[in-house]
Amino acid sequence: MSKVDRIIDHYSARVYKNRKLHIIEKTDDNHEIAANTRTIPGIMTNRGCCYAGCKGVVIGPIKDVAVITHGPIGCGFYSWGTRRNKARGDENTKNFVEYCLSTDMQEPDIVFGGEKKLRQAIKEVVEIFNPDAIMICSTCPVGLIGDDIHAVAAEAEKLYGRKVIAFSCEGYKGVSQSGGHHIANNGLIRHIIGTEERAPTKYSINMLGEYNIGGDAWEIERILKRIGYDLVANIPGDASIHDIAKAHIAHLNLVQCHRSINYVADMLKDKFGTSWLKVNFIGVSATIKSLRDMARFFDDPELYARTEQVIAEELAAIQEDMEYYKSKLKGKTAALFVGGSRSHHYQKLLKDFGMETIMAGYEFAHRDDYEGREVLPFIKEDADSKNIESIKVEKDERYRLYLTEEQYERLRKEIPLDYYAGMIREMEKGTIIVDDLNHYETEEMLKVLKPDIFFSGIKDKYIAQKAGTLSRQLHSYDYSGPYAGFNGAINFGRDVTMGITTPAWGLVKAPWKTQPILKGQLQEVV
Amino acid sequence: MLNLTPKEITERSALRINPAKTCQPVGAMYAALGVHRCMPHSHGSQGCCSYHRTYLTRHFKDPAIASSSSFTEGASVFGGGSNLKTAVKNIFDIYKPDIIAVHTTCLSETIGDDVGAFIQDMDIEDGKYVVHCHTPSYVGSHITGYGNMIAGFIKYLSKSTGKSNGRLNVIPGFVNPGDMRELKRILELMNINFIMLPDTSGVLDAPMLGSYVMYPPGGTTIENIEAMGDSPLTLALGELTCETPANELKRKCGVDYKCLPLPMGVEATDQFLMELSSFSGREIPYALEEERGQLMDILLDAYPYFHGRKVAIYGDPDTVLGITSLVLEMGMIPKYVITGTPGEAFTEKAEEMFARYEVTDCKAKASADLFELHQWIKNERVDLLIGGSHGKQIAKAEDIPIVRAGFPILDRYVHSYMPLVGYRGAIRLVELILNALMDRQDRDCADEDLEMVM
Repeated sequence: MSKVDRIIDHYSARVYKNRKLHIIEKTDDNHEIAANTRTIPGIMTNRGCCYAGCKGVVIGPIKDVAVITHGPIGCGFYSWGTRRNKARGDENTKNFVEYCLSTDMQEPDIVFGGEKKLRQAIKEVVEIFNPDAIMICSTCPVGLIGDDIHAVAAEAEKLYGRKVIAFSCEGYKGVSQSGGHHIANNGLIRHIIGTEERAPTKYSINMLGEYNIGGDAWEIERILKRIGYDLVANIPGDASIHDIAKAHIAHLNLVQCHRSINYVADMLKDKFGTSWLKVNFIGVSATIKSLRDMARFFDDPELYARTEQVIAEELAAIQEDMEYYKSKLKGKTAALFVGGSRSHHYQKLLKDFGMETIMAGYEFAHRDDYEGREVLPFIKEDADSKNIESIKVEKDERYRLYLTEEQYERLRKEIPLDYYAGMIREMEKGTIIVDDLNHYETEEMLKVLKPDIFFSGIKDKYIAQKAGTLSRQLHSYDYSGPYAGFNGAINFGRDVTMGITTPAWGLVKAPWKTQPILKGQLQEVV
Repeated sequence: MLNLTPKEITERSALRINPAKTCQPVGAMYAALGVHRCMPHSHGSQGCCSYHRTYLTRHFKDPAIASSSSFTEGASVFGGGSNLKTAVKNIFDIYKPDIIAVHTTCLSETIGDDVGAFIQDMDIEDGKYVVHCHTPSYVGSHITGYGNMIAGFIKYLSKSTGKSNGRLNVIPGFVNPGDMRELKRILELMNINFIMLPDTSGVLDAPMLGSYVMYPPGGTTIENIEAMGDSPLTLALGELTCETPANELKRKCGVDYKCLPLPMGVEATDQFLMELSSFSGREIPYALEEERGQLMDILLDAYPYFHGRKVAIYGDPDTVLGITSLVLEMGMIPKYVITGTPGEAFTEKAEEMFARYEVTDCKAKASADLFELHQWIKNERVDLLIGGSHGKQIAKAEDIPIVRAGFPILDRYVHSYMPLVGYRGAIRLVELILNALMDRQDRDCADEDLEMVM
């Protein structure tokens, strides 16, 4: 029986038929995988909802915006301070990341409509916090009872003379968090990017889809600044809305998390002519490659030289630690199951330590994240994806191209410009790829593949650990980090080594389970 | 930290800031995990289930299993009946529980799904059960949901045969497995034949033995929930949490009930033990008297370090009242006592306690939030905070020590294994309070004032 069949063998025929399309064993580079489709009811999925993708992922990290969750208390409460998107405020920048703002809808609001309460909540936010901007994220019942949050936002925008932006990201929309990313991306393009100006400098860039989990964005920013880049905006981790508003002036957009931000990247290209480069700052070799690709884009001798100098200095600084952790981790096998990009990104970092990825899966990715963007024209839209608005943008008057057509065509052959090749191509033959891995498959996968480490999230961490497999969270980094860039790699190596070598693993089995303690005694019977 | 919180308090009628409560379904999920071989099921969109599992797992550091009806927009328009039917079939098929406990969400409540009717229409194998309760997120809090789920189990399962089984029903409030374990220990010391519903001990404090089992040995059995209908009495521990299920059992099977405060601190534990004694007709054993005596010994030894100190307590209503009762017994001043859960009974009970111990200038408020508590503290400080993890922001902002007690505790370990109830729980809480205050004294004092002996 194949490894895949051993994982899903016990399903009923209907479930088997569905799940079989989501799990493959890699044999070549041209696999098709089912993704971004409904999870079967009753299956214990790790997926979240549209609200989680919009408010929790993309909108929440913008620090100087008061984000009001319009709904009953739960959704706002669960997304309060739990994602580790770090942010720092200062005298000029208010930091709302520490706060949870909600309309805490009660039964009468559901029966009679919640617009009145939302209007009042906005008024109170303005009076108490006087924020530069306000965003409203709706939860399931809001869409069902028909509150027009966009009308309330438009009215408040006029009344209070500041941006008030509404996101209809009810939890039931789409099939996972992914729909919420798209809705949030649409809002950023429609209402924010391009609304403020500043002059670009020689190497002005944006970082897109970097959430500053555990301080990743700060480590990346440190490296980019050393080389001499002008980071206009990191979107959205630790971002100020005023930086995002100026993002259109950059010469190049870097895309870290393709899944959650590719809509903004595409729309910036269509609207302002800015190309995007798929980067990966997780892993030493991946970081170096990303830095070299960026230098290639700008094609400036001074920048090439500075890039190589910084790489050399950074490498020298971490070399000893890298060698040490590599000696501890080399040859270990890993299974990865994370959102929509990390399962790919972290394979590079594991490789830096001589570790092998034997399974990888995405929670809410689309086919292009697995197979590469060339499949985009062939992805069939279903009812669920049609419900998520896809917007077409027109060329802005500020549209400009940084590269000539000839330069662009030449570069596209060398670096991933406006392109993502997906995860499958970079995986070894014989590895397993799973979309929307669920509880049952996790248990079976651990038994069949026996990875040394399972990198996943909190819901399955303790399931793996109880079964004796070290599990570390790649959503929250188990409250450590940063893991990005050069210094992050060392943190990661340290944390995984710690997990593997912690003495308790050797003490789990009680000695009396393996050693006889009861001694028999011969007695003479008289 | 929390630099945007102004000292000046303004009236709010619509905006909730930094809540001290969450929504009903997570309470229902917790209660359902306290039933043996039960799969909690969230009838709504996936996000709810995902958030709740995440939250419970973060608090207990143990797997919290649950499934979802995975609503899409289509289901939200046409109703979730077919999603629930498919879900139940798949759950029995793949995860093989004995019972599925369905709770609703604001989504399925708003569209008016008739979950009871859906269940009636299902073909359920003999020996397998599907129960449900309504947990609209826009009513009450997670505490309400906890009570509603317990009531749901009773409604479906408890039966009265007309013959008393002589057993005592105990419904613990929204407490940790460590507390449930302690309550059981006390009941066993009292030699009482009891049924506890729910019982998350052995489930959410399951040991590491080298293999994962989806349904650990803990949890109330279905048989025992059925038998609750034949018990002569139910003790509902936590007057603001457990009356709904106790009342449901009274309504369905005629079992009388008494609501007691959560047995936290001296007097509430005394009251609990005396009820047990009067139920069983047995004396309270020396083992428990010894524990009580130890607690009294500690209170009389250590009072100089906590007497008269001001404390702010926040969290779930019965837990907060329990802690308030203990700190009053200690001679501390519960300056601010808040819960996010609505219900004026909380305020009345807290104020009764203030009056009984003749403390003045203390404030109690239900439907309050941590933002407001912080503003109060900015206007008049306290020496200590007691509550869940979310108070750590205030603790840091105002440089006030904090003792973690209650739900949720996302940022510490071990708490779920240890009790706060009973005399032993009180001893533990007293130690936590003492350590927080005395560590602070050591940290803040001048070198020449550092006491080797305290």
